[in-house]
Amino acid sequence: MIRTRGLCKRFGDLTVLREIDLDIHPGEVVCIIGPSGSGKSTLLRCLNGLETATDGEVTIDGDSLNTTEASLNQLRARLGMVFQHFNLFPHLSVLENVQLAPRMVQGKTVEEARVIAEQLLEKVGLSDKAHVRPDRLSGGQKQRVAIARALAMQPEAMLFDEPTSALDPELVGEVLSVMEELVKEGMTMVVVTHEMGFARRVGSRVLFMDEGRILEEGTPEMIFDHPGHPRTREFLGKVLRMS
Amino acid sequence: MDSPYIDVLPFLFRGLGWTLLITFTGLVFGFGLGTIAGLARLSRKGFCRGAATVYVEVIRGTPILAQLLFVYFGLSELLSMNIHKLAAAILAIAVNSGAYIAEIVRGAVQSIEPGQQEAGRSLGLSRSQTMRYVVWPQAMRRMIPPLGNQFIISLKDTSLFSVIAVGEILYQARQYYSSTFAPFEALTMACLMYLMITIPGSVYLRRMEHRLEGR
Ligand SMILES: Nc1ncnc2c1ncn2[C@@H]1O[C@H](COP(=O)(O)OP(=O)(O)O)[C@@H](O)[C@H]1O
Ligand SMILES: [Mg+2]
Repeated sequence: MIRTRGLCKRFGDLTVLREIDLDIHPGEVVCIIGPSGSGKSTLLRCLNGLETATDGEVTIDGDSLNTTEASLNQLRARLGMVFQHFNLFPHLSVLENVQLAPRMVQGKTVEEARVIAEQLLEKVGLSDKAHVRPDRLSGGQKQRVAIARALAMQPEAMLFDEPTSALDPELVGEVLSVMEELVKEGMTMVVVTHEMGFARRVGSRVLFMDEGRILEEGTPEMIFDHPGHPRTREFLGKVLRMS
Repeated sequence: MDSPYIDVLPFLFRGLGWTLLITFTGLVFGFGLGTIAGLARLSRKGFCRGAATVYVEVIRGTPILAQLLFVYFGLSELLSMNIHKLAAAILAIAVNSGAYIAEIVRGAVQSIEPGQQEAGRSLGLSRSQTMRYVVWPQAMRRMIPPLGNQFIISLKDTSLFSVIAVGEILYQARQYYSSTFAPFEALTMACLMYLMITIPGSVYLRRMEHRLEGR
């Protein structure tokens, strides 16, 4: 349902993505790993049009991202995105964070949006925090709100950019279990993560990125247990030694 | 009641009314102008950016007294009509403070982390919705201290308007001592009148700044 062909991204002289061809099918959970600076975030941002491709094409269910501003906004609403640093709106309560987009983008009434938001907050286990400002939450709670906020738009797929990297180790689990819940419901997901356990449990595919290319891809077992490329081996060695 | 310190007070209080009227009204319009110009400087349209930059640089690079005389005499000549001096004073404060407020607006909007904008856009909000519901409310909060500062500056700037005989505080003091020959007393009280507003003003601002930083 998400497809890129010959996707390139340059920032000035710096080439960040080189000729990425990627197909993400409905219900798939695609995990992306790779060293810092290899272009993982840029790739995700190109998938929902936060960055415009320098070259090549991105389509969502056949609809090209190379389109007018207004239709791009609509396309963006079809993909949820979760950021490493949560990016919750600090001036709004937790409930208002979740309600905002359904109200402003989908034209829902406050009441309709509240019902949706309350359901989602219950789903991520934060009903009791609805009226609290984000700065009163722990990192894990913030990220769960961010997931609820993205889900409120009933997206067709979710993009996660290192959702647990900014969390204290003891808070990682609560976020991963919310994500695993989504996998069970059949959500299509693209997850940049170094949580090997998560990738093994729920990943349909793992991509290894390096210097703007997808160097290797395969099932989690293939990539983690029998990496083909020396760069993949080197990277996995480093990550495993750290954890 | 023969002490000039006391005698001058009724005049000064009348002046205070005018000073506050000019400052508040001028700043309300200045805030509108400044918001437009500040956002224009962040616009993707080169023309908007250019026009706003010219406005900001011209105003910040010329003295406010020249701007006032321009509005009062220059515009009157150009439009061949008499501009009321109160209108000229308010307009001068608006145009002048607008340029500084434009920079305050621009700085505040730019200080909001790009991640906020991205989160808004990723949810499907348009550029203007993201500005309105996500960035602007946060930027407004950061604008409060510098806007308070601008209020104090503009308040003091109104004293220049005594040259076109707008009845603000300093003009009243001058009127008073030109007939009573007590300039020292009159000016002392006039300055106290300004301090009566500016000192509590800056104390309050500093408190507010602490509170904003604290959260
Ligand atoms: N907006 C930008 N302008 C210039 N360079 C950028 C921008 N965004 C990312 N980059 C650069 O692109 C490269 C890849 O970044 P990123 O996609 O964030 O990598 P990763 O997420 O894999 O760590 C880095 O060298 C980064 O400095
Ligand atoms: Mg990244």
